[in-house]
Amino acid sequence: MVPNEMILKGNEVSHEKALKSKLISKRKLFQLPQWGVAWLVLLPALIFLSAFMLYPIVNTFLSAFVQHYNYTEHAGSFAIGQFLAGLKGGNEMGMAFGLSNFRNAIIDPDFRKSIGNTAILVIIEVPLTIMVSLLIATFLNSIKVLKGFYQTIFFLPYVTNTIALGLVFNIVFANSKGGLANVLISKLGGEPVNWLSPVNHPTLPDQPAASKFHQGVVIVLYALWNGLAFKILVFMSGLATIDSQYYNAAKIDGASNFTIWRRITLPLLSPQILYITITSFIGAFKMYTGVMAVYSNTNGYKPAYYFGGKFGTDWIPVVGWIYRKLDESKDQTGTASAASLILLGIIMIITAVQFAVSKKRVHY
Amino acid sequence: MAEHAMYFADDKARRIYLAKKIISRVFVYLFLTIFALFMLTPFVLMVAGSFINYESFNEFSRGADFAYLAFVGPEGQSNWGFENYKVIFDMSTYNFPVYFLNTFIVAIGSTIVTVVTAVLAGFAFARLEFKGKEALFAILLATMMIPGEMMVITNVMTVDEIGWRNTFAALILVHGVSVFYVFYLRQTFQQIPNELYLAAKVDGVSDIGYLLKVMVPIAMPTITTIIILSMMGAWNSYVWPNLVADSNWAYDDLFGTNHSMMLVSNGLRYVFSINDSGASDKEAVKIAGSMIISAPLFLVFILFRKYIMRGVSRSGIKG
Repeated sequence: MVPNEMILKGNEVSHEKALKSKLISKRKLFQLPQWGVAWLVLLPALIFLSAFMLYPIVNTFLSAFVQHYNYTEHAGSFAIGQFLAGLKGGNEMGMAFGLSNFRNAIIDPDFRKSIGNTAILVIIEVPLTIMVSLLIATFLNSIKVLKGFYQTIFFLPYVTNTIALGLVFNIVFANSKGGLANVLISKLGGEPVNWLSPVNHPTLPDQPAASKFHQGVVIVLYALWNGLAFKILVFMSGLATIDSQYYNAAKIDGASNFTIWRRITLPLLSPQILYITITSFIGAFKMYTGVMAVYSNTNGYKPAYYFGGKFGTDWIPVVGWIYRKLDESKDQTGTASAASLILLGIIMIITAVQFAVSKKRVHY
Repeated sequence: MAEHAMYFADDKARRIYLAKKIISRVFVYLFLTIFALFMLTPFVLMVAGSFINYESFNEFSRGADFAYLAFVGPEGQSNWGFENYKVIFDMSTYNFPVYFLNTFIVAIGSTIVTVVTAVLAGFAFARLEFKGKEALFAILLATMMIPGEMMVITNVMTVDEIGWRNTFAALILVHGVSVFYVFYLRQTFQQIPNELYLAAKVDGVSDIGYLLKVMVPIAMPTITTIIILSMMGAWNSYVWPNLVADSNWAYDDLFGTNHSMMLVSNGLRYVFSINDSGASDKEAVKIAGSMIISAPLFLVFILFRKYIMRGVSRSGIKG
């Protein structure tokens, strides 16, 4: 026996079925399943990602371990391709995997110098910029009048061109009486200094080439000028999220401004401080344009690979050394790859140490 | 912080409190002003110096007094004018119009490619379900931690092997996907309520249709930020163009002459590096060169300050 209701429902079901089958046929014609759509829309990104990011990472890693890397034209950029071409061409050295590239990098005095230079600049620059930007952000946060005005000024260096402003710094520290820095020094009764130039200046013939110290001052000042904006912005956005209740409670308890800063602001800002510390360390280890941009007289060297001094290596950073090797010859690809792996290792170790240290001190 | 009514034991305590407050205020403003001046000095020098005729500037460099830089020089002629800019835009001396053209093409091309890839990929990660999503996302995350130099070493060789050296393809396509922008868009897309998606599905809108008609318009502020940051990135890029665009290579450009594929930053660095001994006789022209590279950035900053600062601070909070 079939109740009336069922008949009615049956009718509805068949109606729905018809609709559904209509929809399905439409879908079959025009629509892929969702995973298909997903891979389709991911395709452009994946092509670029695999060709110019994932493959290079793997390949550079392999290149670093190809013994006696010798570049063979038209063997492709793939390390294995180079390796096989080397075998086929009867390479007398005999191609193999090994650590020769690392050895070549480490025995190069310029490479060791670049590690030292980078370490010095990192140790000076990172704490200096973080402390100054933290102070500026705290002060900015405490004022009302002209706050937006100051904020804009401090953000300005972020939207400038490193090369263009490097040239301006070069002119401020020009090797002449008229460089702004030297004018100030003269007004204060000092002797003009050769800040950056590897050669004597026509108007100051007795002056020796710029010392490493004076070049370093300019580089650090430029890094400070360039690096504050981003950090101030991040600290400001962190400060904006701190609940004013904490401050009011502390004030009622009679805490001094410094105690409030030390006991409330710093701990609550610690995630931003950790973030900035890690990104600054990584950024500083990869420094390159900031050093190169302040020089103008390159003493005959290519402007992109000159880092001060007679041979362009006074303040050579690790990344600068890598690019110099690449520019030298394609045979140096292996050595450059090895150096980039060493850089990666240093960055990873320092980041890991920072995370470990911060575990106790950062309040999430 | 809101001001609260304060209660003091006596008049003296109140006065001490006020004095302390004023002193700390003065100190704060003094500190901020000193650093603001430090920040502004290079800009002021750049803007002012670019209008001082280069001969006058040289005179100054040789030790003439600041007074020399007043509007009128000792012989009554003006030291100020557009002389430096005339030199900069003189095609027989420098090729800045070409560098500008190259940079515009690269900036627009790479922005289009980057935005399209980021919107599509961000959509897939935010809204669609597929096998391997988590793994792929983890791989993307990992690439953000690898120093770019590792990729550059192989990319330079790849570009040479496939004949892309000195082409726009090398300048635009090699950085065709930005992992950070994919993340940024994914975050924005995820904030769009799921109900909208289901409603669109009921109405028979396809996934792509939903992306284009609903998600992209809602995420427009984020996309605008990405467009601006990407344009600025192309404008400021130096390292990669330097590796794949040779200074001595030439192509037939729109000006009907042969010129290098260098971008503005590379051009600026290239033409103003002195390779012989001694100082340049056109220091002020150098400043004008810096100025013409920086001026468009200032303009963009003034017009889109909100978008730029949001995009930049977003990358900060994300950590």
